[in-house]
Amino acid sequence: MDNILLLFDAPVLSVQLLLDGLLIGAIFALAAYGMALVWGVMNLINIAQGEFVMLGGYTAFFLYTAGIHPLFGIPVAAVIMFFVGWALYRTIIFRIVDKDLFISILATFGLSILLQQLANQIFDADVRTAESGFGSYFLFDGLVTVSQIKLIAFACALIVGAALMLFLKRSRMGQAIRATAQNARAARIMGIDTDRVYAWTFGLNAAICGAAGALVAMTWIVHPYLGLPYTVRAFMIVIVAGLGNVFGVFGAGVGLGVAENFAGFILGAEYQAAFVFGLLVVILVWRRFRLARERRYLR
Amino acid sequence: MNRNGLRFGFYAVLVVVAIALPWMAPDFRTQLSFLWVMVVFALTWDLLGGQMGYNSFGNIVFFGIGMYACAVVQRDSGLSYYPGLFVGMGVGAAVAVAAAGILGSGMLGLRGHYFAIGTLGLGIAAGEIAGGWDYIGAGSGLVPPLFPGAIGGRETFFYFICLALAAMTFPTLRWLYAGRFGLVINAIRDDEDKAEAMGIATTRYKTAAWCISALFLGLIGAAAGNLIGFIDPRDVAFAGATYGVWMVLMAILGGKGTLWGPVIGAVIFHVTQELFWTYLLGWQRVALGILIVFIVVFFPLGILGWARERWPERFGHRVEETVAQPKAGQ
Repeated sequence: MDNILLLFDAPVLSVQLLLDGLLIGAIFALAAYGMALVWGVMNLINIAQGEFVMLGGYTAFFLYTAGIHPLFGIPVAAVIMFFVGWALYRTIIFRIVDKDLFISILATFGLSILLQQLANQIFDADVRTAESGFGSYFLFDGLVTVSQIKLIAFACALIVGAALMLFLKRSRMGQAIRATAQNARAARIMGIDTDRVYAWTFGLNAAICGAAGALVAMTWIVHPYLGLPYTVRAFMIVIVAGLGNVFGVFGAGVGLGVAENFAGFILGAEYQAAFVFGLLVVILVWRRFRLARERRYLR
Repeated sequence: MNRNGLRFGFYAVLVVVAIALPWMAPDFRTQLSFLWVMVVFALTWDLLGGQMGYNSFGNIVFFGIGMYACAVVQRDSGLSYYPGLFVGMGVGAAVAVAAAGILGSGMLGLRGHYFAIGTLGLGIAAGEIAGGWDYIGAGSGLVPPLFPGAIGGRETFFYFICLALAAMTFPTLRWLYAGRFGLVINAIRDDEDKAEAMGIATTRYKTAAWCISALFLGLIGAAAGNLIGFIDPRDVAFAGATYGVWMVLMAILGGKGTLWGPVIGAVIFHVTQELFWTYLLGWQRVALGILIVFIVVFFPLGILGWARERWPERFGHRVEETVAQPKAGQ
């Protein structure tokens, strides 16, 4: 807790924390956007969300070891993960789409354990990173460092998010996805192949997470057990921002990133994960008590 | 012979076998003790998940709390081994129940998937906090005091403790399900709003159910900590990725919402795991993931649920043969 005093002594440190939080928050928002998409369209909560981020990160890492610059890893990771998501839909997810939400949570939780442990067996538990070779900017006489790669990752996250929004607005498939989200049965009557829409949605979600994972591998680290915190963050952002609210998702993601950085600094790094999971419980319970005043509950 | 006689005979055989097991298979006493731990896991999970419709991923919290509270009492109370152990188990259970009572009012107001994911967060948060808290050993864990008896006596002793706890849990739940309490929690599962409209204090019942679950989990956690002999915050006490998931899986495998289902699921799961998993050489958890997906996707009713669907008369359901009329609008 002594670190709070440090923050008051050197306010410039909080600029550092704020910037770091802001820049990572965009990546959180990306994974959350994918989760909101799947949740809204397919009525399915994907616990394996974080594992898609992890696999995207490994894709970028292996491209990097093959000598390809990690920036090119972003589109490659997205494309590969799109097909991974598509294949998972065609083998497993389509069986649970119309089932009870708990079934989908448990099944995707199993999927997340499966992917995580497969990664552990195949890629080892080592912590990896895809070195991008960019420098850093130094502000405030070198007290605040902003690495260029974080700025680039932030920009890339914005581009990916904007591209997805454009896709959903303009393309035929995007329109079909939005129609299915509104009313799946009506969409089916209008001749939309909803099964194909679901496959696309799940694939797109995996692709976004893959791109986010590539950014994570470039800016931070990637290891097999990275997934669950990303899933929980995505879930938290979605329940704060609501489904289908892009700017809300972005805002909540950035806010979470900043809060997490400050908490990690103040409480100590060993409690940062506890903070993320504890915050989830606090947000849920807080919203529950707010709604209970009107005799309603979270749906 | 009448039904009651048969049932009595069945229970008698079960008790005799359970008591004789440590002498029948002395090399497997630890694994057999864990069989009873698993039975308690599945039964206490099913109290919420199956009977009340609140699918919790965080029941492991009470297991870990009981384990840590007992070990701290044993470490700091200055009592000799047996009094320390039993006081510790009592304290562990009390702290676990108190935690369930405090968390209950907040968490149990969440429904469906929000409850599931909220409790998932709760379980992991507990593990992370325990992993950073120096008083209980932080990341390097805690070691409960050494068993004073002869070598090998420890396994037998804790086998009977675990057996006794499982033997306490089952009739308690059976008795609860048979009465008003069982009807109320089933009503909450079927339609919580209607149950509330009928004048049932749902939150009180839900919290009570979680407290009962926490009581047995706290006790078995205290025993399991001493049985294992080392308490690691993330891999033993708050092991959400193993025990926490297993309890859900075992209850679903056996058939959730039935009395015997969790027991059967726990026995099958534990025996299969002990028999085959050592041959998988590190691929166990991959197999666990495949197993979860497979059971949930293809076999969500579980063994007893499937049997009930197949032979409803055997389970006391009256079957009326009518051809279903298509509903208007479908």
